[in-house]
Amino acid sequence: MTSIIDRGTTPLGHRRSKFSGERTPRALIFLVLIWACLAFSFLFLLILIVTTFIDGADRFTLSLFTEYPASSPDRAGARPAIIGSAWVIGTTAVLTIPLGVAAAIHLEEFADKRKWYNRVIELNVQNLAAVPAIVYGLLALAVLSFLGVQNKNIVIGGALALGLLILPVIIISTREAIRSVPIEIRQGSMALGASKWQTVWRQVLPASVPGIATGSILALSRALGEAAPLLVLGALVFLSFDPNGLLSGFTTMPIQIFDWTSRPQAGFQELAAATSILLLGLLVIMNGLAIFIRNRFQTRW
Amino acid sequence: MTLVKESGGPASAPGRQAQTQFKGRKRYGELIIITVLRSAAILTVLTTIGIVLALLIPALGFFQQVPVTDFLFGDRWAPRFADASFGVIPLITATIWTTCIALLVAIPIGLGAAVLLSEYAKPGLRKVLKPILEILAGVPTVVYGYFALTFVQGTIFRDWLKLETGAFSVLAAGLVMGVMIVPTIASISEDAMNAVPQSLRQGSAALGANRMQTSIRVVFPAALSGIVAAVVLGVSRAIGETMIVALAAGNQARIVGGPLEEGQTMTGFIANAALGDSRVGSLEYDTLFAVGLLLFFVTLLINFISIQFVRRFREEY
Amino acid sequence: MTDPTTTTPATTQGSSHAAAASAGATSTGTGTGATPASESGIDGMGPNNTSPTADSNLTDGADILHQQPGMTVHLTGRAASEALPEKPNGIIRCEDVNVYYGNFRAVTGVNLDFGFNEITALIGPSGCGKSTLLRSLNRMNDLVEGARVEGKVTFQGADMYAPEVDAIEVRRRIGMVFQKPNPFPKSIYDNIAYGPRVTGMKVSSMDDLVEEALTKAALWTEVKDKLKQSAFGLSGGQQQRLCIARTIAVKPDVILMDEPCSALDPIATVRIEDLMHDLRKEYTIVIVTHNMQQAARVADRTAFFTALADEGTGDRTGVLVEYAKTSKIFESPDDQRTEDYISGRFG
Repeated sequence: MTSIIDRGTTPLGHRRSKFSGERTPRALIFLVLIWACLAFSFLFLLILIVTTFIDGADRFTLSLFTEYPASSPDRAGARPAIIGSAWVIGTTAVLTIPLGVAAAIHLEEFADKRKWYNRVIELNVQNLAAVPAIVYGLLALAVLSFLGVQNKNIVIGGALALGLLILPVIIISTREAIRSVPIEIRQGSMALGASKWQTVWRQVLPASVPGIATGSILALSRALGEAAPLLVLGALVFLSFDPNGLLSGFTTMPIQIFDWTSRPQAGFQELAAATSILLLGLLVIMNGLAIFIRNRFQTRW
Repeated sequence: MTLVKESGGPASAPGRQAQTQFKGRKRYGELIIITVLRSAAILTVLTTIGIVLALLIPALGFFQQVPVTDFLFGDRWAPRFADASFGVIPLITATIWTTCIALLVAIPIGLGAAVLLSEYAKPGLRKVLKPILEILAGVPTVVYGYFALTFVQGTIFRDWLKLETGAFSVLAAGLVMGVMIVPTIASISEDAMNAVPQSLRQGSAALGANRMQTSIRVVFPAALSGIVAAVVLGVSRAIGETMIVALAAGNQARIVGGPLEEGQTMTGFIANAALGDSRVGSLEYDTLFAVGLLLFFVTLLINFISIQFVRRFREEY
Repeated sequence: MTDPTTTTPATTQGSSHAAAASAGATSTGTGTGATPASESGIDGMGPNNTSPTADSNLTDGADILHQQPGMTVHLTGRAASEALPEKPNGIIRCEDVNVYYGNFRAVTGVNLDFGFNEITALIGPSGCGKSTLLRSLNRMNDLVEGARVEGKVTFQGADMYAPEVDAIEVRRRIGMVFQKPNPFPKSIYDNIAYGPRVTGMKVSSMDDLVEEALTKAALWTEVKDKLKQSAFGLSGGQQQRLCIARTIAVKPDVILMDEPCSALDPIATVRIEDLMHDLRKEYTIVIVTHNMQQAARVADRTAFFTALADEGTGDRTGVLVEYAKTSKIFESPDDQRTEDYISGRFG
């Protein structure tokens, strides 16, 4: 890209500088500007993390993990929110991952793409991925109302909302993982007399497990940080007990952060920051795990 | 299975036509599995139908009491007041403000980052920069909301810049939301730019263009439909975002006249109203779904536009 | 009888070719002259293969000989080609085959019989539909969306596109080796064992089967100490022989090879060609190749395809130009186009 014909006095092939044609003032300004774009984003991220740590460091103590919410910030902790997050995300994972992987396998391996209904399903998945999170909350609210559930703030309801929210994400990432398995592997398997399903089950799926795991972990980390749909279900409650089952009432970390942030007392804002540190830490771990799986176990074709 | 393997042999003479029938095993198990897989795929369609029904039925109840025209064109939103009024215009103005501010931030920064990553950065550098950029997409929106409210609005706008603003503003919410969608726009645009054939760049370079000229005059136009798709998707994310606006934009539903005013967006209203205890079937409950329906249709429409653009840029190469 | 000179290029190919040739010579010497191809086939089949085949095999061979008494057998890699019947017996038979991809007709009006335990080469310029035709011989085309076969393709007289036919069973009987080696991301052992496992073969000892398949594919000595290692660690040529071994392990009747050497270096190519000579004793082989010398070296019969432009639409479609014994195709082809292609004037 840098090989520019030199019209100067130097003989051809002797460039005066490494970036002769790239050194016009405009080109330099452009380069500075696009670097500034990235620098701004990174600086923003840095400030966000630093201020959150500064705000929350004092309250990032054991009591955050052991105490229940209280009317006074000094005595309050996020214990039920932490346990509630674990319950809801766990349930979401169990419900959604098998479903999403199954749907992705159907779309990628079995569906005849020339049939209109399969194209409808594809288009539909793309659309679901763009539906605002809060609409999934309304969906779960309506479903629970339809079923006659009185208290809608239950773990299974939250998992329903978050599960449907990340279902398209899991489908899309699983399809990508499946698609990265070369067609030659499928042909090789089929040419040996394996059926389509045997090929999928014994060749395609094992080879795409790292990709599926990575995509699923990332989707779950999105669900872990999501608050809007749960807010609609009424998950913003004072819990003085630990969530302990699918029908148990719950609150989650993001909801707890929302609650504490919107209170005027500075003490609660510190708690919100402290809980944010915990949440960010968990997300870093999950993302790190996803990257590790991708780099360590991905088959290189 | 009537395999020649057991009965005949690999070489029955052709004229004999003996046991060759190619009758396979009956694979009932696989039929069941394939049915299960198909059901999972169909469930995604049921989800959409479920969303539409879940929103439509209560919304219809709402529209029996409030005329559609009053809803869409009324300029006063006061569902909880004694003289309740259901004009959605105030919610829409706040949504437009936050969305536009977010796009003003996200489009230039996102595209700049995309050009840098796709046209300038060497693979090694790109491998480091891109994941860092994508961390921005992984930060929970509620944390962004906290940051917008306490740091951007509280510390920067009020303490440092001494701006004439209250506890909330659409500007703070929009700015932070803009940064949130930078990775979305950057990563889809970068994909589109990467899809531009190398031969176009080489052709441009062979004519003596430098990298900036090649980026702006060759790569950018060639990737335009993908870039538009990225921007449209960014719009859809900005409109649907809830937690940042619920925390930082304010809770007063009124027509927003300037960036430093507070305002309640459509999503902000749903989040806020859900905090109250609304009985199933009450007008208040139905109002949630009417606004939700509007939100759903707007994002659906935007997303269809985006898909059309993506399809076009896929066809181009 | 064709002139023996046509076979001499093979002898000069390399020492391994000479070895294969002398092996052929030995068995010829011991037999009655009728048995070389068939009997050595039985020997090599091992316990898992059934003998009734060999019966019919033997009969066929004998028939041929009775028709051609007093034949001489040349001590070259293509010795057995001298025993070729005038016409292939049609273990696979194409009748008026057209292959379509959507509306595009890739292959038009092919009538072609393949001979049992013969190596048939399909040659021709790019886009002449030879690979497409090959893939329609074991229904691999089914996997391509929009692909459709018209006409009749029979295997041992049975129409393989009949509605009640199980395409999976067709592929088990008619295996395929691809252009690029495509080992599975598994161990060498599991690559071989995969086919027998998925097809539900009753195997008394998988270890024996793996050894047998690798031995037949001339790979056993090279890999016997690293069976549990990933197949990706093998060289390209070894990977391709692994793919052949993998195909042999499910005991097919026919092996289709789609330019099996095009991704390999010359030395690996020679090894695969040697291997094909050995395999011919037991298997019918159809090979698509871009390399005319390869066709001349390995094939008993050769079919030359070319692409014709449709007068109306201008779409190019593949047609069979000429099909005969390899020696005839390369020495005195009937069709001018064949001659042009062979002599390098076209293609």
